[in-house]
Amino acid sequence: MTPILSVRDLSIDYRTRRGPVHAVRDVSFDIAKGETVAVIGESGSGKTTLAISLIRLSPRSAKIVKGQILYTGASGTTDIRTLPEDELRAFRWSECAMVFQAALNSFNPVINIWEQFVDTARAHGMKDPKIVHARAEELLDLVRLDPKRVLRAYPHELSGGTKQRVLIALSLLLKPQLIILDEPTTALDILTQRSIIDLLAQLKTALGFSMIFISHDLSIAAELADRMITMYAGIVVERAAVTDLFYRPRHPYSVGLLRAVPRVSGVIGAVASIPGSPPDLIRLPPGCTYVPRCPLAVAACSEREPDLVPVDTPDHDARCIRWRTVAEQVGTAEVAVVEKIVV
Amino acid sequence: MTIVRPQAIERPLIELDQVSRTFKVPDGTITAVDSLSLAIGSSEAICIVGESGCGKTTTGRMLAGILRPTSGRLRYEGQDVWAKKGHELSAFRRAVQLVHQDPYASLNPTRTVFQTLAAPIYRHKKAKGGRDATNRVRHLLEVVGLAPPDDFLVKYPHQLSGGQRQRVAIARALTVDPRVIVADEAVSMVDVSIRISLLNLLLGLRSEMGVSIVLITHDLAVARYFAREGRIGVMYLGRMVELAHSEALVSDPAHPYSAALIAAIPEADPRITRSKDRVELRTAEVPSLLALPAGCAFHPRCPLAEPGLCDVDVPALLPLPGTAGREVACHVAIRERQPAAELLA
Repeated sequence: MTPILSVRDLSIDYRTRRGPVHAVRDVSFDIAKGETVAVIGESGSGKTTLAISLIRLSPRSAKIVKGQILYTGASGTTDIRTLPEDELRAFRWSECAMVFQAALNSFNPVINIWEQFVDTARAHGMKDPKIVHARAEELLDLVRLDPKRVLRAYPHELSGGTKQRVLIALSLLLKPQLIILDEPTTALDILTQRSIIDLLAQLKTALGFSMIFISHDLSIAAELADRMITMYAGIVVERAAVTDLFYRPRHPYSVGLLRAVPRVSGVIGAVASIPGSPPDLIRLPPGCTYVPRCPLAVAACSEREPDLVPVDTPDHDARCIRWRTVAEQVGTAEVAVVEKIVV
Repeated sequence: MTIVRPQAIERPLIELDQVSRTFKVPDGTITAVDSLSLAIGSSEAICIVGESGCGKTTTGRMLAGILRPTSGRLRYEGQDVWAKKGHELSAFRRAVQLVHQDPYASLNPTRTVFQTLAAPIYRHKKAKGGRDATNRVRHLLEVVGLAPPDDFLVKYPHQLSGGQRQRVAIARALTVDPRVIVADEAVSMVDVSIRISLLNLLLGLRSEMGVSIVLITHDLAVARYFAREGRIGVMYLGRMVELAHSEALVSDPAHPYSAALIAAIPEADPRITRSKDRVELRTAEVPSLLALPAGCAFHPRCPLAEPGLCDVDVPALLPLPGTAGREVACHVAIRERQPAAELLA
């Protein structure tokens, strides 16, 4: 089946006075219909740059220097990169919606929630207020809010969790097939975060849309993702099914990220931070960019940037010439990496 | 009733005794912290956890002597801090240091690392002359893991990463040889990949220099890691609802609110996180601090709440019978002599 989104060799630079920042380099991945893909990595790994470029909301200083963003909808396949402005506007919201990190500030503060729905609907040709009202009520029901109370409310009258629910409802207004979520639960309290995670899981099952999740929080990826992409210094270093990435990672950076997160359940295990910091994206070191921080690096790692090669299974790729050594260390058991590594 | 306390705090270094703190807001008066007691021993690593608005930051600021309690006492080495004056008060201010959440805001952007660290050393006469001060700054940078120190002396905050800035902020707290560091969300704003190393740095100060560390956080996994040999206190709407050894708290929470939090936390393990047992609350609505419910503030949400009991009296933080040093503020858990986690199962 044709994937709903197919990103091919995408490279994005930011123009700066010091020279171009290579924020995203040669990124390729597919998302199938109904699938949830989580992109993980530290800040500066390029994950947010990648996400916002998918709906061409990047700042002016960003330039897509190469690649394709192929979206397949009811009317065939189009390259988002070459879409004219009017078609792009139609594509946003009606095919692909985005819920941002700073979601809690995404509302217009001087109009109530009902008017936010009307504004969005009108911009996309839904002019009959009766239809909009019926749809808004249906969506607010879906996100477990009381439409009568919420539609009349102004953004400042709602709690953070309620605002995030309204925003998710609003993003579903035009029945998009793909939703991009950038750190959707970061600013929320634990119990609210839990309710948003559960809500997204239910909506995904009920409505069958695809999701791209950008998060530095691995636990939310563990909850919701079908597949995972690890990014480092602008490139994809590993691609795998969620259980493979969590239990059988093959790139040392994925292992490093997994070990950096303390847990509440189970043994504390071999948690440790990743030493050092990400490289300067203007002057990238030759070879694998993870070498200065990598516990397994050998001389050959600095010679040329490794290719993304299949490991273990055809659906699991890693960009590391030492992946077999990683495999020996973490094995194949369905057990968290922090429990398997002995220090 | 005799209160069983862990040995470390039989003679507390610093202690909040029945402190409350109210704030005037446009719509009335809120009680951010209500009748809270907490005794902390020498070289203890303790965490205070809770969601936003629970009063954990206010508690930290009262511990650090920055905020005066509306009622109750802050004691340091047994003496009432707010009755101190002059030299005694400044000695307390040096002994207890606060490290803020935001290393981007807490360092002066126009000062180099050396200037930031040397200023308190001179002010508090911790060095004899310029060379001694420079050596002391170098030593502190090594202590906080910024090595080689000469690479960092002339750097400005904007030339440092978030983690490095937080290390400078910790080094600054250390310039005055503190006995207690209150770290308010000190790792929340740095990248996940380096949080553990910052926590290890703070734990190292405890084991090597005997500093007590109070870590205030919303993240229970961070709290468990940090306080794995110590205690965690859980706050809800201004009150301490549970205080227990870290492993006991996360594996068998005694208060229904702690149980709900632990059940709700997503884990970085797909199999565990997707099969966790949930604690269903009666409502997701958090009461306003302006209109707290009568009795236990958690009762409108609590699955164990009993009418006529929980909505009448405010439960005190009491030792849970049959356990060593576990304290819980829950009528039902105390009466049933069992942690809430088992009553909910």
